[in-house]
Amino acid sequence: MEKSHKPKVETTGHVWDGDLAEYNNPLPTWWVWAFYATVVFAVVYWFLYPAWPVGKGFTTGLLQEEVKVNGQTVSSHWNTRVAYLADMQEGREAQSKFYNQLNGMSLEQISANPELMGFVRSAGKTLFGDNCAACHRAGGQGNPGVAPALVDDDWLYGGSLEKIQETITSGRHGFMPAFGPALRPEQISALAEYELSLSGHSKDARLAQAGEALFHSNEVGCFGCHGVAGKGNQMIGAPNLTDNIWVWAKVDPKLKSPSRETLEAIITNGLNRGVMPSWEGRLSPDQIKILALYVHQLGGGQ
Amino acid sequence: MATEHPLVFHDPRQRVYPRSVKGTFRSIKHGILLLAYTVFFLLPYVRWDRGPNFPDQAILFDLPHRAFYIFGLTMWPQEVIWLAIFLLFAAVLLFFVTGIAGRVFCGYFCFQTLWTDLYMTIERWVEGDRTARMRLDKEPWSFRKLRLKFEKHALWIGVAFLTGVSFAAYFTDAFDLWRDFFLLQAAPAAYITTLILTATTYTMAGLMREQVCTSFCPYGRFQSVMFDENTKIVAYDVARGEGSQGRAKPKKGTGPEERKAAGHGDCIDCGLCVQVCPTGIDIRNGLQYQCISCGLCIDACNNVMDSVKLPKGLISYTSEKELRNEKVNHWTPKTLGYAAVLLAVAVWFAFSMANRSTLVVDVQQERQPLYVQLSDGRIQNKYEIKVTNKQGQAASYAIDVLGLPQAEVQISPNPLQVGAGRALGTTVYIKVPPASLKESKTHFNFRIKQQGSGESARYETDFYAPEEMVGGDDDDEG
Ligand code: SF4
Ligand code: SF4
Repeated sequence: MEKSHKPKVETTGHVWDGDLAEYNNPLPTWWVWAFYATVVFAVVYWFLYPAWPVGKGFTTGLLQEEVKVNGQTVSSHWNTRVAYLADMQEGREAQSKFYNQLNGMSLEQISANPELMGFVRSAGKTLFGDNCAACHRAGGQGNPGVAPALVDDDWLYGGSLEKIQETITSGRHGFMPAFGPALRPEQISALAEYELSLSGHSKDARLAQAGEALFHSNEVGCFGCHGVAGKGNQMIGAPNLTDNIWVWAKVDPKLKSPSRETLEAIITNGLNRGVMPSWEGRLSPDQIKILALYVHQLGGGQ
Repeated sequence: MATEHPLVFHDPRQRVYPRSVKGTFRSIKHGILLLAYTVFFLLPYVRWDRGPNFPDQAILFDLPHRAFYIFGLTMWPQEVIWLAIFLLFAAVLLFFVTGIAGRVFCGYFCFQTLWTDLYMTIERWVEGDRTARMRLDKEPWSFRKLRLKFEKHALWIGVAFLTGVSFAAYFTDAFDLWRDFFLLQAAPAAYITTLILTATTYTMAGLMREQVCTSFCPYGRFQSVMFDENTKIVAYDVARGEGSQGRAKPKKGTGPEERKAAGHGDCIDCGLCVQVCPTGIDIRNGLQYQCISCGLCIDACNNVMDSVKLPKGLISYTSEKELRNEKVNHWTPKTLGYAAVLLAVAVWFAFSMANRSTLVVDVQQERQPLYVQLSDGRIQNKYEIKVTNKQGQAASYAIDVLGLPQAEVQISPNPLQVGAGRALGTTVYIKVPPASLKESKTHFNFRIKQQGSGESARYETDFYAPEEMVGGDDDDEG
């Protein structure tokens, strides 16, 4: 450093041991002002936001936020909860453009509109995740014994847009009586074997034949619900027994079909599962519309 | 006793009062200034017809709709790589030029230099040249001083504001912006941009000036590594200027001959080169990092040499080698390397532009579940195809599947009608009898063909089926 650069440093006048002087090197001005600015900021902050505890309460701050909660405008002092509600409201408003469009349209009209279907796919995914995935799983792949798959082309109650909408709106209650008390174990085995033969999995043709007779007999009367050909009945949600899609019986990976014991257990005990709640009232008609369209396109629709 | 060398935390700034000068470099600078300002301030108002549904502004960075319009070129987000290529090109070009011609960017093209120059011109216009300004600043406050200072700062802020609005005009319709701006209907972003640009322009070009170059600018600090002996710099010819006895002020009655005889060099120590320097340095002390190579000291000294009837070029735009009378070699491995990179990037860019497709296809496979067995035993996979049409008009695209025999493809609607500059998604279901598949994962292609034009794109993806079902050996399927 050049001599000429040596600045004269101010001292505080304090000197120890004869030659130890205390320098006065003040902070840079900008730094000091930045510090004052933080002080001002803090004071302004106290007034605007919730800040000081007072007795059992606190100072709420001057900032007010207005949010719509269940259609009513509520005004509150600023807090993170209100900020969150305001955010949610903003999101709903951004979506309302699409909702307004959907409102006056039939399901068919919407499904023919690729732009709107784009919205249905994204909004539907969220709605499905929030409400349906617990039983039908996130992708709609179903849960054997709990809820049917929605991604295949087999529908218990019908896979048209209207039927799906009806299912979501009113819910469904599948029921099969227990045949255990009425039939002998051999009869139940025969019925199970016949059921396997319907989808080409039978190993015992004679037993299956016996089962076929029971299936169509008036005492047992399986055909009453499942149809003479075993193709099911969508009016009452009786599943099709001739395809390879199993709703209530777990498939044994080795057999590629359920084991006979599994089917025997179902015939013996009957089924009182397949209960889908009604979503009317819990979801808005528009949300149900979106879900119907979303579920319809999961497997390609019908 | 105090320490010998107290730490210096902050050197108070020495105010610089650059003097105006006339000369070649000043004229070049004026020319570039004029061109740059004309382009910057007027470009947003130039129109360019792109057909209906598209903005007609020649240069528009449409952030809400995610499109950059640059005359005939429309860039979509997929092409943002071009921005990266362009920036890379610009950076290497800067290195290349700096290696050969020194800090010409700093002296002539840098925004900081350009706007500072404009602000100094305004200052000179209001307060007068160097001596008048220095006198004014020393004077006690008076009505005249107040008025001059007010005028200057008002003009500065005016220019800053104009700069801010003009900048914002690149991001929205320029004519609408002016109207909306004063009707208080412009987008908040426009006001924020204008405010920030106004504030920074005023502070940087008006108040900070050369301190930006000497204290903040990172480029100024690291460009010395690009310099070598061949690099052009603004330099003072020490041998000629100082002679054997150093420089001397001219004395009455002594001509050039007597000066020479006394061993004095050609520099008459008039100090003009220091007075005109916008960064306030003395170039006679040698190359310094503060020098922005603006060449104004060359103009000043050449004027002086003219008036004392000595040859020009005591300060000149030269290189260390030239000063030593050696041959300059600009094509060193370093500059050749830069040139090679420049060429490569330019070729890559040209290639990328030439092969630009107006069609972007993105395919996403449903993974939850990966496959579904249908009631007739076939396996279904589901895909989400997104088609982006980067053209100026709507187009329809037919989608089909290649390389998946026996596949039934369900797409609705097909062809897909996509609006100009829009993206649209559709769901595709593919059903395949597992017996026809050889492996659990089968490669195949989606082909998306624009109808009526040859343009088509392919997207390779996979079809999944359960391991135990593929192959024709299964007996319980069918
Ligand atoms: S020394 Fe000369 S070239 Fe460098 S900044 Fe000053 S006037 Fe410009
Ligand atoms: S302008 Fe030229 S003559 Fe005057 S002081 Fe500078 S170098 Fe010397």
